[in-house]
Amino acid sequence: MKKLGSLMLALSLAGSILAGCGSNSATSAPSSNGATGSTGGTEATTPAADNKTASNLSGTVKVDGSSTVFPITEAAAEEFQIANPGVQVTVGVSGTGGGFKKFAAGETDISNASRPIKEKEAAAAKEKGIDFVEIPVAYDGISVVVSKENSFVDKLTVDELKKIWEPDSKVKTWKDVRPEWPAEEIKLYGPGTDSGTFEYFTEAIVGEAKKSRPDYTASEDDNVLVQGIAGDKNSLGYFGYAYFEENADKLKLVPIDNGDGNAVTPTFDTIKDGTYKPLARPIFIYANKKSLEKPEVKEFVKFYLENAPELVKSVFYVPLTDDKYKESLAKIQ
Amino acid sequence: MSAGNLTRRKIYDRASRVVFLLATLLGVAALGILLYRILSDGLGWLDWQFISSFASRFPEKAGILSALFGSLWIIGITAPVAFILGIGTALYLEEYAKKGWFTNLIQVNINNLAGVPSIVFGILGLGLFVEGFLFGRTILSGALTMALLVLPIIVVASQEAIRSVPQHLRNASYALGASKWQTIRGVVIPAAFPSILTGFILALSRAIGETAPLIVVGAVTFIAFVPSSPLDQFTVLPIQIYSWTSKPQDEFRAIAAAGIIVLLIVLFTLNATAVYLRNKYQKRY
Repeated sequence: MKKLGSLMLALSLAGSILAGCGSNSATSAPSSNGATGSTGGTEATTPAADNKTASNLSGTVKVDGSSTVFPITEAAAEEFQIANPGVQVTVGVSGTGGGFKKFAAGETDISNASRPIKEKEAAAAKEKGIDFVEIPVAYDGISVVVSKENSFVDKLTVDELKKIWEPDSKVKTWKDVRPEWPAEEIKLYGPGTDSGTFEYFTEAIVGEAKKSRPDYTASEDDNVLVQGIAGDKNSLGYFGYAYFEENADKLKLVPIDNGDGNAVTPTFDTIKDGTYKPLARPIFIYANKKSLEKPEVKEFVKFYLENAPELVKSVFYVPLTDDKYKESLAKIQ
Repeated sequence: MSAGNLTRRKIYDRASRVVFLLATLLGVAALGILLYRILSDGLGWLDWQFISSFASRFPEKAGILSALFGSLWIIGITAPVAFILGIGTALYLEEYAKKGWFTNLIQVNINNLAGVPSIVFGILGLGLFVEGFLFGRTILSGALTMALLVLPIIVVASQEAIRSVPQHLRNASYALGASKWQTIRGVVIPAAFPSILTGFILALSRAIGETAPLIVVGAVTFIAFVPSSPLDQFTVLPIQIYSWTSKPQDEFRAIAAAGIIVLLIVLFTLNATAVYLRNKYQKRY
C-alpha cells in the first residue's frame, strides 16, 4: 500500500516538476533562441536585425485561420518572437472559415484568410462589436501542373480547364480536351472541398465556387497531390505555387491562356504584376481593431508588413508591391 | 482410413502453426519497416539543437521544444486525473455498488463511452471545459478532455482486474477483522494493481497520440515559447509532426521523422516505467 501512495506522490511530483521546468525554460529559452536568430541563416537575420530596438513588449498575440496563409504568419511570428521575447505569439490552423468563427467570437486578435471575408462572417463579427481591418499580405498563384513526362500539353485555355473540371464534365481522355492529343485517360488531382484553393479555383475556372466534378483524387495534403501527379504521365492537377516551386524537378507548369490567346506561366513576376490570370489571388490577414490598440498586436502587424517582402519570399509565396504594404501600414497607424 | 485421417490432422496441425507464425511475423515486419524508415529518415536530424529549439520555417533551425513540453504537460495532468477517477469508479462499481438497474445503466454507458470516437470527446471538451468552465483554449482544457477520453478504458480495465481478485482473499481479510476499506486497500488493490497498470499504460499511449480532440479544444500549430502554467496555450507532438509533413520542402519530411522518433521515445519511456512498476508489484503478490 505504501507503494501505491508513493506512486501517486511520484505522479503529482512529476506534474510539479514539469511546472517548474516549464517556467525555467520559459525564461531561458528565448535568449538561446535569440542567439540562433543572430547567428543562424542569413535570410533569418535580416528581419530580426531590423528590429533591434523593441523588446520590452509583453502580452499575447493570438492568430488562427487559413492553412494557406499559415506559413507566412508563422514566419512573421518566428522572427517577431526573436525580436520580442516577451510577447507570446501563437498561430493556429482552423481553416479560413473556422478562423473567422473564432475571430467573430473575439477569441483571436488576427485571422488568416485565403479569401476575403464573407458578408455573413463580417456581420457575425459586427454583431459582437468587433471591427476589423483587412490587410492583404501576399499573392498565391494557383498552379496547374502535369507530370514532367507529359510532352504534349503546351498550354491550356480557361475554357479547356472549365471543360475538364466542370461538374458534369464529359472529358475522359486528353483527346476530349484537344483532338490532337492522345486518347489516354486523364487522372485528375486537386485539393479537398474544404480548401480555400479549391474554392478559388472553382470560382475562377468553373464560374461558381465549390462546383467541381467529383471524380478526382482529392487531398488536403498538397504533398500527396505532388506525388500523385509526378508519378503518372497522364495526370493533371492544381495547388498553391509554393508546392510547385519546391518540386520543380518532378512537375511541369501549364501556361494558362485567359482567352486572349496569350498563355502565361505562373512565376514570381507574372503573379506579382497580375498578368497570370485568373488564378492569382491575394491572401489576407484580418486584424481586430480593438486588438490593434494593444501595443504588442500593433507592433506585430507592423513588423509583419515591414518585413513582408522577405518573409513572404522565404516561404515561396509572391509578395505584393511595396506600395500596397505601405498602404496597409498607413491603415493601422 | 483412420491412418489417412491421422495424416490429415497432422497436416492441419502443422499448417495452423505456420499460419499463426505468419500472422505474428506480419505485425512484427510492419513495425520493423516503420521503425527502419523513420530511423533512416529522421535520425540524422535528431540532435540537441532539434530538441532545444522552437519550430521554424527553416529546416536547419526547426525544433520540437514547445510541442515536447506541450505533450508532457498534457500527460502530466491527464495521467493523475484519469488514474484517480478511473480506479475510484472501478472500485465503487465492483466493491460498493449493489447490482441493480442503476449500476447496469452506468456500466452500459461506460462501455459505450469506450467506443465513442475521439473527436466527439473534443466537442465535449470544447463545450464543457473551454466554454462551460471558461478554462479557455488551454493546456488544462486539453488535458481534462484527454482524461475523459481515456477514462472509460481505464475503468473497464480496472474493473476486470478487481473482478479477477479471488473472493477467498477478501474473505480471509474480513475473517481477520479488517473493514471493507482496509480490505480494498490492503488486499484488493495490491492484487489487482499489475492489471490496472496495464490498462493505464494502454490508455496513456492513446492519449499521447491523439490529435483530433486537441485541435477541437484549440491546440495551436505554431508556438515559440514553453508553456509555464496549465492556463497557457499549447501544441502537442502529433500536431507539430503533421504540420511538418504538409510543408512543401522535402527536408521537413525528414524533420517530421525526427519528431516521430521523439514521440516514440516519450511513449516508450512511459511504457517502460509502467512495465517496471507492474513487474515490481507482480513479484510481491
